[in-house]
Amino acid sequence: MAKVIMTADDSASVRQMVTFTLKQGGYDVVEAVDGKDALQKLSSTKVDMLITDLNMPNLDGIGLIKGARALPSCKFIPIVMLTTESQDSKKQEGKAAGATGWIVKPFKPEQLMAVVKKVLG
Amino acid sequence: MIDQHRQAFKEEAYELLAELETSLLELEEQPDDVDVIGRVFRAMHTIKGSGSMFGFDDIAAFTHEVETIFDMVRNGKLKVTGRLVNLTLAARDQIRAMLDGADDGGGGVDLKASGEIIMGLRELAGFQPAAAEPPEAAAAAQKPVNLATYRIRFAPSRDIFITGTNPLTLLQELKELGTCSVVAQTGDFPCLEEIDPEACYVYWDLILTTDQGDNAIRDVFIFVEDDCELRIEQVAEHTQFDEPQDYKKLGMILLERGDITTEEMEEILAQQHKFGELAVSNGILDQGKVQSALVEQRHVKEVRQEKQATEAASSIRVPAERLDLLVNLVGEMVTVQARLSQTAAQREDAELVAIAEEVERLTAELRDSALNIRMLPIGSTFSKFKRLVRDLSVELGKQIEITTEGAETELDKTVIEKLNDPLVHLIRNSIDHGIELPEARVEAGKPAHGTVHLAAVHSGDSVVITIDDDGAGLDKEAIRAKAIEKGIIAATAELSDKELFSLIFAPGFSTAKKISSVSGRGVGMDVVKRAIELLRGSIDISSVQGKGTRIAVKIPLTLAIIESLRVQIGEDSFMLPLSLVDECVELTREDVERSHGRNLAHVRAQLIPYIPLREHFRIQGTPPEIQQIVITQMNGSRVGFVVDQVIGEHQTVIKSLGRAYRDVDGISGATILGDGSVALILDVPQLLQAVEAGQA
Repeated sequence: MAKVIMTADDSASVRQMVTFTLKQGGYDVVEAVDGKDALQKLSSTKVDMLITDLNMPNLDGIGLIKGARALPSCKFIPIVMLTTESQDSKKQEGKAAGATGWIVKPFKPEQLMAVVKKVLG
Repeated sequence: MIDQHRQAFKEEAYELLAELETSLLELEEQPDDVDVIGRVFRAMHTIKGSGSMFGFDDIAAFTHEVETIFDMVRNGKLKVTGRLVNLTLAARDQIRAMLDGADDGGGGVDLKASGEIIMGLRELAGFQPAAAEPPEAAAAAQKPVNLATYRIRFAPSRDIFITGTNPLTLLQELKELGTCSVVAQTGDFPCLEEIDPEACYVYWDLILTTDQGDNAIRDVFIFVEDDCELRIEQVAEHTQFDEPQDYKKLGMILLERGDITTEEMEEILAQQHKFGELAVSNGILDQGKVQSALVEQRHVKEVRQEKQATEAASSIRVPAERLDLLVNLVGEMVTVQARLSQTAAQREDAELVAIAEEVERLTAELRDSALNIRMLPIGSTFSKFKRLVRDLSVELGKQIEITTEGAETELDKTVIEKLNDPLVHLIRNSIDHGIELPEARVEAGKPAHGTVHLAAVHSGDSVVITIDDDGAGLDKEAIRAKAIEKGIIAATAELSDKELFSLIFAPGFSTAKKISSVSGRGVGMDVVKRAIELLRGSIDISSVQGKGTRIAVKIPLTLAIIESLRVQIGEDSFMLPLSLVDECVELTREDVERSHGRNLAHVRAQLIPYIPLREHFRIQGTPPEIQQIVITQMNGSRVGFVVDQVIGEHQTVIKSLGRAYRDVDGISGATILGDGSVALILDVPQLLQAVEAGQA
């Protein structure tokens, strides 16, 4: 069965690109429009990996990572956050919250796939 | 970038800009509202991030400036003022103009206005934020790195699992960088009741030989370098030819790693036993550390040996023509030697016979070593295919990994050269027709990426090259239907799998539903088969639907000299490649009459079709009372060739035919016999084809 990856991002175009790239790579994708939506979906859907933006309305990426790690089903899944160069302190915050790694925006589809392969094996 | 994504971004950006306008107007009313400031920042941030992802670099660069200012506002470093709101509104309009103009080459955007807005914002912030540095600076030109061996100790923090990191994927990634030996260190495991199942107690020692440099190694650990103990040391660089075979002593390695002190080492050395055993039994080291150092010792030794082997192989460079000349001369020599032996036998002169025998022995040795010089490992051809697979995967949107085995297998240089095109075609076929698209693979319960496995192995005087793919396999029904449609087989024909698969070698046969840029170039499998047969090789297919296809190509080691069977028709001599000959049986005139002109012989209750070569080549004269049938075997079917007489086995030096004879069907070359006369070498596969075509 294909592995399921959730993309949590308030930007529809980024979600579209991430989804498109991951589906090309043979993964199933669940989309969430912000942290709150993601957390809700995570409690009912089993995912193998989470890719989340940091800046989102309602619940931001850090909050989502903390919330996800508190769910038994998400305790050990890879969580990758989308950051920008200028957010180095956020990166540390994210790691402390339990993020596995990060992707620096802007990224190309191949870079996304490389990171997915790296953390998902 | 795909247009559809760009369009999606534009639509989204327009929405965001509309929102931004509302937020900014709100901000003017309530300059201290943190929520609104956050909204403005996020809108800018999204436009910037997505913009540059979808190729709107000008928008990204411009928005970056505005975002930087609002980051300061967000952090309380800057107050919201009327001027700030005005400038930001202007910036918003500017972004909109850039979006509008994006599809007609960016025309109509007032660059001067952009500059003024940015200047204004920077002034407000009271500093000169550096423009976004182009990321290229970081990716400075990388020099090619030499092959080097690294000693890596990767000790993740106990709580590495809670960040969802799987250390095994990192080890796997390292393995892909080169030759890697891994030793897991389990010495830190607590006793059972103290184990926290969510903690990582293992650490790893790795020895990696790679030409990627230490940055590539560090990149593997990029996400975990802060929460693990990571040591990367270069222990050897493989540049010298004359590295000593013996690698460092075990004690030396442990000392360098800091696992042991000089005093401890000397103490152990004072006792006359094996160092590692003693270190462990004395309780100075645990078994894992010693094991790890031993692995390093072995690893470096192996890498050196391998390197020396390849260096030795390339230690003399000789132009190919000189080798060809040498082999040609050896060929002449073999011919003359045959003549000498023949003459000596006729003269009944004991001394001459003795000399002839001596010359025969030397010639055989000379021949073997001359041919050996032309032997090359097939590895370089294999590595070319890696590129091919990579390019094709990208082109076809498939994920394909290629693995190879037996790259060291040696073949004659000319065989390797001539093998290249057929193999390329077969690999293309495996990738294009065999391996499915990732979605289809996943649906079929297979991993998204397919595998093509190339292997070469010696088998007697031949080499067998197999191409295995784990793709869809051949569709028997589709092949059958196509063959019936093309009139190759009858609708009622019952064929074994093997026979069915071999149909794809029929000219003009293709099961591809549509012609892609990869296949369908007018080169069919029939051409591949022909090319392999010209090398006096054979090709064999097996396939399981849904599981994959294996193509095995068997080819002789060399083309210069073959073992052959010499036969005679009238005054003419012919040669048949011995590797294809199964047996020889007699054919009496009675037998011929009994078969009523159908050219079928009974051999041990089996009917074997035969080709009377005398008729085929229109040789004058009458055949003898008892003729001989030389039965050959090709791709599982047995066919006989009727000749007057079988003379015997013969070492045949192949001479190519002149241009005038190049297109003669059924003849692949010629050779010179001991008495100076010429014998033609029969092209068995082509003869079979010609006859089959004639019968159809």
